[in-house]
Amino acid sequence: MMKSWFKSGAPWIWLNAAAVSASLIMIVGVLGLVTVRGAGHFWPSQVTRFSYQEEGKQPQIIIGEKVDTSITPAAMAKSTGFKMADDEDTLVQFLIKTGNRDVTGADFRWLQERNVKEQSDPADMMVVERREWGNFYGQLIEVKESGKTIATGEQAWPVLQTKIKDALAVFKEIAHLEKKEIGAINYGLERLRLKQKKLELENRLDDAAKRQIAAEKAGYEDQYKQYQTQLAGLYQKLRLDSLVARTESGSTVEIPLAKVVRAFQPNAMSLFDKIAHYGTKLVEFLGDDPREANTEGGIFPAIFGTVMMVMIMSVIVTPFGVIAAVYLREYAKQGFTTRLIRVAVNNLAGVPSVVYGVFGLGFFVYILGGNIDQLFFPESAPAPVYGTPGLLWASITLALLTLPVVIVSTEEGLARIPSSIREGSLALGATKLETLWLTVLPMASPAMMTGLILAVARAAGEVAPLMLVGVVKLAPTLPLDGNFPFLHLDRKFMHLGFHIYDVGFQSPNVEAARPLVYATALLLVLVIVVLNLAAIVIRNNLREKYRALEG
Amino acid sequence: MTAQQARTHAIDMSSVLRGKGNQDEQNETCIKVENLNLFYGEKQALHDINMEMPKHKVTAYIGPSGCGKSTLLRCINRMNDLVDSARIDGRILLEDEDIYDKAVNVAALRRRVGMVFQKPNPFPKSIFENVAYGLRIQGVNDKRILDETVENALRGAALWDEMKDRLNDNALGISGGQQQRLVIARAIAIEPEVLLLDEPASALDPLSTLKIEELINELKEKYTIVIVTHNMQQAARVSDYTAFMYMGELIEIGTTSELFTNPKKKQTEDYITGRYG
Repeated sequence: MMKSWFKSGAPWIWLNAAAVSASLIMIVGVLGLVTVRGAGHFWPSQVTRFSYQEEGKQPQIIIGEKVDTSITPAAMAKSTGFKMADDEDTLVQFLIKTGNRDVTGADFRWLQERNVKEQSDPADMMVVERREWGNFYGQLIEVKESGKTIATGEQAWPVLQTKIKDALAVFKEIAHLEKKEIGAINYGLERLRLKQKKLELENRLDDAAKRQIAAEKAGYEDQYKQYQTQLAGLYQKLRLDSLVARTESGSTVEIPLAKVVRAFQPNAMSLFDKIAHYGTKLVEFLGDDPREANTEGGIFPAIFGTVMMVMIMSVIVTPFGVIAAVYLREYAKQGFTTRLIRVAVNNLAGVPSVVYGVFGLGFFVYILGGNIDQLFFPESAPAPVYGTPGLLWASITLALLTLPVVIVSTEEGLARIPSSIREGSLALGATKLETLWLTVLPMASPAMMTGLILAVARAAGEVAPLMLVGVVKLAPTLPLDGNFPFLHLDRKFMHLGFHIYDVGFQSPNVEAARPLVYATALLLVLVIVVLNLAAIVIRNNLREKYRALEG
Repeated sequence: MTAQQARTHAIDMSSVLRGKGNQDEQNETCIKVENLNLFYGEKQALHDINMEMPKHKVTAYIGPSGCGKSTLLRCINRMNDLVDSARIDGRILLEDEDIYDKAVNVAALRRRVGMVFQKPNPFPKSIFENVAYGLRIQGVNDKRILDETVENALRGAALWDEMKDRLNDNALGISGGQQQRLVIARAIAIEPEVLLLDEPASALDPLSTLKIEELINELKEKYTIVIVTHNMQQAARVSDYTAFMYMGELIEIGTTSELFTNPKKKQTEDYITGRYG
């Protein structure tokens, strides 16, 4: 009976189905967890006011968002030092985000449910997102302009909103001036300095050149002075306004509007307001620079860096991989040596990625980059240009890392092309090169794209080697900007994978950043999916075009 | 069709052919094979072949599978060069030039000796580009010349009327018979001197086969044709000369009518009367 059941193959089918289901469940589970935790982060949650009294202590008021609930069995709670009454089975604790780091020194605190005497969600609870010290929770008292109170009580809220809007506009202007205009001036000045030094090194710094450089420098400095006065005016404007709020403990705090990103009252928001709020938060997340050691604000530079690096890597790895595969499959005499090379290539795919990072740092950055600096950029010494980790070296290192994938799949693609097609072309008087170029390679292009898809999937998620060859926690400038030569391959960049690591494990405020880690992880997955989908669409088009004669 | 019927049919055809053959007795030789031996590694696939193929005639190679007829055919445009283990001695003369001479440009040779394979092998490009392929690799990009050549080649392959409205369609979307004629059009677009056909109709249905055979009859006006076929009726129908090969050796060659009606060798007779498998 049992034997025939085994023979029928049914257990084998069950085993296969179970394996597939397990894989599916894991994928769905991971994506689901990341999505739920990450996407929920931007939804404005209720701000609750707790009356809290611990045994033998004064009652106090605590204001904050309920982030997490933990339930501990009585025995375990007792063993960790909690006093438990006999009739209590469990110890219920809430994790509350109380913010106000500048006042209390911590963002979070645990409350025991049994000590909560009363809780309510008053409509006037206000959350202020700030540029430093994290969120502020409290009640708005008044709004000040140049130190004078201009609105209190009921009117204060709408006045505050318009004031914040004005302040943000000024802030945006300042950011534009500092980053774009003054950034360009600094860049120009640096180039001038290098030019001068280069001329000096080459002994060509005559009076004419000196005069010209001085004139250009003076031009930049004039511009700079203009911007400087403009900036000073703007800062002046910003500094004047402030809001005054009451914290949970009853003390008042004055917050300058220059430090405020937004203020909102989640308890008073309608569903529509919340959706709008969610939308703005999401746009900020996707489009803005990070704030507060990456734990707040957006991750645009990381998205940009990731995509940029993957693209440059693709541009490097595809031709190399294809050329290597063509040689191996089409030209090399098949034998022991080619077998050895194939084994080596396949093993290369199994080398831990951090080893590539070390190699990239040692060979590309120090040896290649160092020599490039000596040969082409002597004027910037001792500051390195290419002799330091950067976008170019990261891309090349990852190209090396993904090269085996491209080689293997291109080779498979070449092997699949029926020999009748090659013979047909050769019989028409085409040389081997013409046959390759006109028929074989186009027909193998879907396989090349498959290789590229795998390469992109691997490269976009790689973190370890990047930490050694170019990724940083916070890059002040994007690798692509308006200053000539526009694409700055020598710059360091930010990367989503490293960002996750940095925010999740290196930030001073891990608890506050956790949802952001999920959101970033979700985004990383999405970026990889989008990159892959693009490549898959291209491949399918090619496949349709070069539908092979296999059928 | 039984062997008996085949022979009767062959006789019918050969009487026609003989009449035609008599008109130009002095056949100019186009291809001459001299003492050709071919080895795949240690194994000898062709044994001391000597034969002549006259210009603007159809020569058919017949014989059982594995007898070396395709191998011999592929020697004529040096397709066997693609096989690493293949080694050749002896000579093949095309218009009195040794095609295995070191000075010969293989690509140029293949332009003079076109080839059509057993399975239709159009490129995954448009019908137009398939036919224009040979010209393009010769560097012809003039639209007018290309248009003209493609039309002529397709007319030559009796395909123009079917294809003229769909020149930009993918060649893989047409039927097998059309594909095979397209491949012939592709081969004659570069105006070779010799056309090698390696069982051109074996993958086709009877109607397509008929069309290909009619086409061969027209094409021999302009080209010297060598055809490999395992189908004796086909050899009888289309060829002027027939060579019978067996086990890598050329057993007998003669005019088709003679070989089918009055074979000199017993092996030939056994084969054409169906005594071999």
